[in-house]
Amino acid sequence: MTIDQLLVYFFGACALLGGVLMLVARHPMRVALALISCMLSLAGIYAMLGVHVVAVFQVLIYVGAVMVFMVYVIMLLDVRDPSFVRRYSRMLLPGVVLGALLAGALGISAIRLGAPAIQPGAGAAPSYLVQPFSVEFLREYWLHFELTSVLLVAAVVAAIAIIRSGRRSDG
Amino acid sequence: MADTQLLLGLSFVLFALGLVGVMVRRNALVMLMCMELMLNAVILALVTFSLETATLSGAVLVFLIFVVAAAEIAIAIPIVLLLSRQRSSLDVEGYDRLQG
Repeated sequence: MTIDQLLVYFFGACALLGGVLMLVARHPMRVALALISCMLSLAGIYAMLGVHVVAVFQVLIYVGAVMVFMVYVIMLLDVRDPSFVRRYSRMLLPGVVLGALLAGALGISAIRLGAPAIQPGAGAAPSYLVQPFSVEFLREYWLHFELTSVLLVAAVVAAIAIIRSGRRSDG
Repeated sequence: MADTQLLLGLSFVLFALGLVGVMVRRNALVMLMCMELMLNAVILALVTFSLETATLSGAVLVFLIFVVAAAEIAIAIPIVLLLSRQRSSLDVEGYDRLQG
């Protein structure tokens, strides 16, 4: 067992721990910090697997943009909210049962998959470097790339519309 | 042996944890964060499949998921802020106006 495999195990355990902590933490700020640690561990897994582009953008976009925004909103809102104290809703028991069933079914399908093993670090094929990745992205998937710009414009317009309608209902 | 099955299993468990979090927690922001956890699990599965098949399609899809996550947050956060301003609460059990 090499140090690469040990690191993948370590990051996987950290991601799992972060996911479990998200369910049991009481304050949303602690949930956000658990999610950030989970995302950073996943970025570590991607880096150990050789997919450095995804690892870098996981840190930049998810942790750097999305979660910073989320932490900012948590600080903006009132901390004396009753939902900050009572963690779970009435769906606690069915939710846990359904989640366990889903994890079990997916796990059985993963075991029955019987896939060939991939070696961490051996995935550092040249196709995962930035240049071939970008060439492939813009040559094969240029339509999807342009469609994402439409999606982002729609999101911006929708966010502005939501804010404006909220102001109108206020006064 | 950090094989495909292990990474896929981790992805499935993270997805199930996110789903349980969406169903179980009361706070709207925490539910949003659990949705992000589900998206992260999907990204891990995509990267694993992309490595196994030695193609770039999975990694390209990961970038599209990044865009979807950014757009989701950009829309969901104003909605949550408006809801909390109306009811001065983030408890989703208080929002039962649509219940028949």
